[in-house]
Amino acid sequence: MTSVAAATPRSRPGLAARAWAFAKRHALTVYALLVVAYLMLPIAVVILFSFNAPEGRFNYVWEGFTFDNWTNWNSVLGIQDAVITSLEVGFLATLVATALGTLIAMAIVRHRFVGRGATNLLVFLPMSTPEIVLGASLLTLFLNTTAVFQLGFVTIFIAHVMFIVSFVVVTVKARLIGFDRHLEEAAMDLGANEVTTFRKVTLPLIAPAMLAAALLGFALSIDDFVITYFNGGSITQTFPVFVWGIARVSVPPQVNVVASAIFLVAIALALGNVFWQYRSAKRQRQGAV
Amino acid sequence: MGTFFHRHRGVTPYLLLAPGILWLAIFFLIPLGFLGYESLQSGSFPDFRFTWELSNFSDGFRDYHEQFIRSFVYAGIATVACLALAYPLVYWIAFRAGPWRNLFLLAIVAPFFVTYLVRTIAWLNILADQGPVVGLLRDLHILGPDGRLLATTFAVISGITYNFFPFMALPIYVSLEQIDPRLLEAAKDLYASSTQAFLRVTLPLSAPGIVAGTLLTFIPAAGDFINAALLGTPNQAMIGNVIQAKFLESLDYPSAAALSFLLMGSILVALLVYARIVGSERLTG
Repeated sequence: MTSVAAATPRSRPGLAARAWAFAKRHALTVYALLVVAYLMLPIAVVILFSFNAPEGRFNYVWEGFTFDNWTNWNSVLGIQDAVITSLEVGFLATLVATALGTLIAMAIVRHRFVGRGATNLLVFLPMSTPEIVLGASLLTLFLNTTAVFQLGFVTIFIAHVMFIVSFVVVTVKARLIGFDRHLEEAAMDLGANEVTTFRKVTLPLIAPAMLAAALLGFALSIDDFVITYFNGGSITQTFPVFVWGIARVSVPPQVNVVASAIFLVAIALALGNVFWQYRSAKRQRQGAV
Repeated sequence: MGTFFHRHRGVTPYLLLAPGILWLAIFFLIPLGFLGYESLQSGSFPDFRFTWELSNFSDGFRDYHEQFIRSFVYAGIATVACLALAYPLVYWIAFRAGPWRNLFLLAIVAPFFVTYLVRTIAWLNILADQGPVVGLLRDLHILGPDGRLLATTFAVISGITYNFFPFMALPIYVSLEQIDPRLLEAAKDLYASSTQAFLRVTLPLSAPGIVAGTLLTFIPAAGDFINAALLGTPNQAMIGNVIQAKFLESLDYPSAAALSFLLMGSILVALLVYARIVGSERLTG
């Protein structure tokens, strides 16, 4: 749209303004790319140092390239148990939190009932409370009920479900709001009862939102340190708690290996999603033409 | 089962809510009650007794007001730094990145995929005394020959900035993305310069994102203790470090509980002040 004017610059102010706009546009691009580089820098360092062959105990200075850390990722005492605990907690807590959160989202979006405002508030509060307060308050509950709860796997699981539920509610709610209820009414008109309608119509339609919520929940669970640290006791360790313990001595490159592996799996899933969206958007555009 | 739901329509929402809300009530609300109960006890581990010990609060503030103030100053600076870094980036993504949008959004959340503690430790590598950044700054005489970045206030604040960056960037992106491009065209048609169009159309319309991002960044930043523990020294200790040490190392539960409440309370006050400022600006603007 600017090709004609750009090809025949007639007046100086127009050209100057255009040059200024051009410079400004590129300044913004340069700034944006610098910020992206800043965001990527520590990630690159984590992955790079997973291939480091440190001479002493400290993995701070680059010494040389090796694959040994990857092949012997579990040679550090306790790291494998920690990773397994993290995966188990993440899987179980995500499963339970996704179910509970989806039900809450359905109630909030679908129904008018007394206490709806209070429910929204109760869901919102854990997300706006500092993690340290969430962890500390739950710890005081467990300390005062030692007859029922001993700090360990179960208390970590309970804590993780508690802080994931709110994120599930928010994610699923967003999807349910744009949901066409006529589809369910049609199913009921055709003789399906509530349970069948839910199984055959509602569930398949909200499944993508539940999957997104579950992935978010799993990521939050795997990454959580503060709440787990407060409620895990001294024996059961998740991967972040293991890292905290070992960071006081020295961080072996195997920690970088595990973190890099988690990162690469997550980024592969996310990239797959990006390309899938890109392709389906392209296909839609082609369909429209 | 279907007939049951039909007969008891009003019960359905409560049945859906029950399991999740009970979980939140038992493991979020009731613990806050226990935290309050704990904060009014006296004695020493393991014999604490409930004695309406309000002095836990006054003592807590007297002994640790320095760490409180530091937490809020660090969180405030980090929030402003996040805004300064995030706004131009997400503006560029929303309006200039074209088909690469989703890829750059992924770049914003990518740090979240690296375990929090590990990505903070990565800053140890980057800012290390023998590292390239310190070397460069020493060569440029920005740092003295013995100058360092690690174990400084700068290291702690930049760690917080990095770790909470996505909380600032994503809400702003969402608000920018929702802006109808026709509004900007209309502004141009009415002879607004691009600066004017930005200041009077884009910026006000992205204000909700800025407000949300500020809150989402500031609240966790004020309660953080990991960055101060890993990248700083006791001179950079924040209130989170005090609470953590009292709960898990010196086992002084009443004082730790009182400090947790003071942290929540002071965040609430900060939010109210912020709401006043944001609200009054909207009224005058």
